[in-house]
Amino acid sequence: MPEVASTKDHDDSANDGVVVVGGGPAGLAAATAARRAGARVVLVEAGDDVGGQYWRHLPPQRPARDEGQLHHGWSRFTEMRRSLLADEGCEVLTGASVWAVEARAPHLPGDAPVLRVVLAPIGGADAAQREHRLLRPGALVVATGAHDLTLPFPGWDLPGVVTGGAAQAFAKSERLAVGERVVVAGAGPFLLPVASSLLSTGATVLEVCEAAGPAQLARGWGSHPARLLAGPRVMAAKTAELAGYAAALLRERVPYRTATGVVAARGEGRLEEVVLARLAPDWSPVPGTERVVAADALAVSHGFTPRLEVALAAGCALREDGFVAVDDRGATSVPGVWAAGEVTGIGGADLAQVEGELAGLAAAGAVAHPGTHEASQRLSQQLSQQVSRLLDRRRTLEAFAGRLAAAHAPRAGWLAQVTDDTTVCRCEEVTAGRLRAVAAATASTADTPAGARSLRLTTRAGLGVCQGRICGHAVDAVLGRTSVGRGAGSGVGPVSHQRRPIAVPVRLGELAALPAPDHQTSDHQTADHQTADHQTSDHQTPDLTDSEEPRS
Amino acid sequence: MSARAADPSRDPSRPGPTTPVTITVDGEPVTGVLGQSLAGVVMASGRTAWRTTAAGRAPRGLFCGIGVCFDCLVTVDGVRDVRACQRRAVEGAVVTTQAEALPTRVTSDVRAGEVDDA
Repeated sequence: MPEVASTKDHDDSANDGVVVVGGGPAGLAAATAARRAGARVVLVEAGDDVGGQYWRHLPPQRPARDEGQLHHGWSRFTEMRRSLLADEGCEVLTGASVWAVEARAPHLPGDAPVLRVVLAPIGGADAAQREHRLLRPGALVVATGAHDLTLPFPGWDLPGVVTGGAAQAFAKSERLAVGERVVVAGAGPFLLPVASSLLSTGATVLEVCEAAGPAQLARGWGSHPARLLAGPRVMAAKTAELAGYAAALLRERVPYRTATGVVAARGEGRLEEVVLARLAPDWSPVPGTERVVAADALAVSHGFTPRLEVALAAGCALREDGFVAVDDRGATSVPGVWAAGEVTGIGGADLAQVEGELAGLAAAGAVAHPGTHEASQRLSQQLSQQVSRLLDRRRTLEAFAGRLAAAHAPRAGWLAQVTDDTTVCRCEEVTAGRLRAVAAATASTADTPAGARSLRLTTRAGLGVCQGRICGHAVDAVLGRTSVGRGAGSGVGPVSHQRRPIAVPVRLGELAALPAPDHQTSDHQTADHQTADHQTSDHQTPDLTDSEEPRS
Repeated sequence: MSARAADPSRDPSRPGPTTPVTITVDGEPVTGVLGQSLAGVVMASGRTAWRTTAAGRAPRGLFCGIGVCFDCLVTVDGVRDVRACQRRAVEGAVVTTQAEALPTRVTSDVRAGEVDDA
């Protein structure tokens, strides 16, 4: 694959067993299953503790006696964490981010790529002079999760406007309400736990606004949502969880309004009021229905977008909807690489754990593990029974997830809220008007990779420090290139803005301190070539430039 | 008016005692709780924005809250571009806000001056 660089500084005989990237529900389940199947495991987690966004909790510096009161599946989480941390066959690396993925040299079929990892001290995210480490997975499980997809509207860059994920993260891990009077808006079942988290901090949730209208919601939920949830037994936990959030809203008399969206956020230097409007079935605001709500925070999310850096750098193919393509055991298009959890599609923590378990077992099967022939036969027999049970659960949960996705998927009318003076790219402060004007003036066809790249280079949209993670989908949508709101089948995957050869920022000083690789080939992308264009230096604006440039 | 800490006595998770931690933000002392992120300490003190954008000179603060958007960058103990939502507050941390200007044109006089200094 062209996106995988080859350097010769690896000892290719070394093997770190199953390497799992991401310590959320999918990654923890994958690591646990791979250990059960006898493989050595390294779990790479970017945060200070495992648990992911789902099981975010108070840190050890200020623990709660009964943290589980605020979580679903908490005892399962603490049990997985306890056993992995106590297990000599498992190494848990926290504060650890994969920043580059490279092919082994020489590359043999089935070889997982090599990972370059940067390790921050506990609590010391983005510190200078972090430790660097090279991991050589025998098999790789990508469980990097997803982050909020927030569709732009005028004023979304005002302080006080945050993602639903931010509101929830600060409620869970700091017991901090992002505001006292909060509007929750966007689309999807996630709005319910966001509102519930805010309520738990004592904030007033003024209303929860769901963009999807009754007809769209009925497509997914059906006319009897309770019956859908009460179906198969595997859904019991899911039912309890969703019902719990809904009950919290009812208790606090928080209105839940469908076919309603944010058309603007306004304020002097910070959010002061939110303009809400009724939305048509295509999500375009209905003129004349606007109303103004005074609020000091707005938490807004329209779904999730997968964190694809590691998967794309490893060469994994994506589905048309932009998530990593996997088979029912989690195998990606790249031999030696599996994926599980939200990076493969949004399905919630229960499905993520089932997927993680399947991928962990499959990955463990691909690496040699010690033991007698007899023992390994007995093990594989036990495992195949587990796998068929897991596959059943997976099918049920996936069917449910698919219906929910349809019930809340953005529809093309949302673009009507993106006025010409709306900032689309937050980092480089590029407005929709500028994007549209440059596209018209240069007659650039945004639906070809070259046209899209030229538009980005001219406007700088998506080339700021977040590297298009926040605005990438919106930039493509404003330029008429994307599938966000256009439904599947547009034939153009949202890939171009997602390729980031340097997966997380690394400081020049740290790279300078790394042992020099022996670059024998000039036709490969090499680490120092990429970083020349992608660095955060000590003296410059954190100007991480277009990921595609070094490749063109 | 803005972000605020939850009341621990109403928290069903029964949080234990906390340790105060004091940092400075642009020279001003701000006290939070040990274990909080820099963003959390700053927001709980009533401040919503801390970075100023280069082009629009617009205020920015927390947005994604999980380390993806880089809107909340600050300088900590002289090291710049630290995500305030990811870095935990430690006693005495010196936080300075970032307010870049766009690059200005380098004149030939300045270039000559640099050569002379070198």
